[in-house]
Amino acid sequence: MSSPIRVLLAKVGLDGHDRGVKVVARTLRDAGMDVIYTGLHRTPLEVVNAAIQEDVDVLGISLLSGAHMTICPKIMDLLKEKDAEDTIVVVGGVVPDEDVAFLKEIGVKELLLQDTPPAKIVETLTRLVEERGPR
Amino acid sequence: MPTPSAELFSRLKTGDLRAASRLMSRAESHDPATIATLGEIYKSAGRAHIVGLTGVPGSGKSTLVSRLVSEIRKSGRKVGVIAIDPSSPFSGGSILGDRIRMTNLVLDEGVYIRSMATRGSTGGLAKSALTAVDILDTAGFDVIIIETVGVGQDEVEIARASHTTMVVSAPGLGDDVQAIKAGILEIADIHVVSKCDRPDSNRTITDLKTMLAMGINISIKDQSNKPVWQVPVVGTSSETGEGIDKLITTMDKHREAHLTSELGEERLKRIAEYRTFKTAEDLLRNRFFDSTSERISALVEKISKRELDPFTASDELLGNIAF
Ligand SMILES: Nc1nc2c(ncn2[C@@H]2O[C@H](COP(=O)(O)OP(=O)(O)OP(=O)(O)O)[C@@H](O)[C@H]2O)c(=O)[nH]1
Ligand SMILES: [Mg+2]
Repeated sequence: MSSPIRVLLAKVGLDGHDRGVKVVARTLRDAGMDVIYTGLHRTPLEVVNAAIQEDVDVLGISLLSGAHMTICPKIMDLLKEKDAEDTIVVVGGVVPDEDVAFLKEIGVKELLLQDTPPAKIVETLTRLVEERGPR
Repeated sequence: MPTPSAELFSRLKTGDLRAASRLMSRAESHDPATIATLGEIYKSAGRAHIVGLTGVPGSGKSTLVSRLVSEIRKSGRKVGVIAIDPSSPFSGGSILGDRIRMTNLVLDEGVYIRSMATRGSTGGLAKSALTAVDILDTAGFDVIIIETVGVGQDEVEIARASHTTMVVSAPGLGDDVQAIKAGILEIADIHVVSKCDRPDSNRTITDLKTMLAMGINISIKDQSNKPVWQVPVVGTSSETGEGIDKLITTMDKHREAHLTSELGEERLKRIAEYRTFKTAEDLLRNRFFDSTSERISALVEKISKRELDPFTASDELLGNIAF
């Protein structure tokens, strides 16, 4: 018997609303996933600690504030340092085109930017977890 | 290649929380290759104080847990939290939001928080919650708090699984003490009235004390009829911190009272019995589905046409399971 895909949704950075993340949370729940939501303004270390304790398959980082170029590398480094590299990291929100290649290079698996249709989000996470295989 | 569970167990005994996390996931997915290890973990556990915390939605449980944990940490004890929220009956998925109230704890190495969904278990307690407790116990956590949502007559399983059960009531959620409506008044070893910074909290405390004085479970007596435990009502505020100390002292006293009495032994046996029944029930259900799902689909047609009855069909299907 397999368990639902576990996803941690983290809102990092300074911007102050989480309507978008909550919509994504409901979409994922309705697709049968377990979604852990941690609230606004989380720091990279808080996010990584939570992801490890919750043993999530997917860590979804939501950013609007433009801080992705500092925050994402920090999160990837911490995951590595804490031996949790098998966590699938996806980034949502707003990221300019020219930064996408860099984020993928440091290990972000997929970018699901603003306007990604819900079905596509579900499909992407499901595929990524399948590709990773059992752990 | 997945790390073998036995290896994770060795790491767990040294307090490795990454190993704890992974073992909990394997327990949740009923990984057959992990069952033997979970058995070992059960046998290696048994030191921690298991505290159940329940109460109607919005009564302030998660915020209280956060306060309690910070305070307990001051004495150096390590604290684990299992926060359970219901799964959606439609999709089977869930949104687990208790962590939002506990963000102040996440950087403390002596605290571990795990969110779990009920996933089809009716008693309010996730199926692998108690396995998760064993895992944290083995990793060296001293106190393990289980938060569950108490909404109905059925959700009293928490009381069958914990050493100390605390029921949280809040002022302002309605005229009556909501615990009565939810049918969870009787299961408390300790009653907590939360949000005591609110002016209407006194009334909730008075109401609750009156109910208790009317004779519901006010004291637990030992064989010589000496009261071992009087169910107290403790007012707390997570805003001001009022009553948090007192609640911890009360919680510890309850544990002490049980450790030093036959009732405590009795309770441990009841917990063991409950767990064995639950585990057997799950095992039976899984084996039933595994070994009969094909045959069931063959039978439903006949049953739906009323050529066959569900009693005869079930009896036949059950006879088919290898025990
Ligand atoms: N005034 C006051 N409000 C509180 C207190 N504790 C919690 N609250 C508020 O009560 C609401 C619910 O708190 P939670 O801790 O999420 O309650 P809960 O029982 O865990 O809720 P569920 O997990 O959804 O059942 C929040 O808006 C809190 O801010 C308190 O001591 N005083
Ligand atoms: Mg809660």
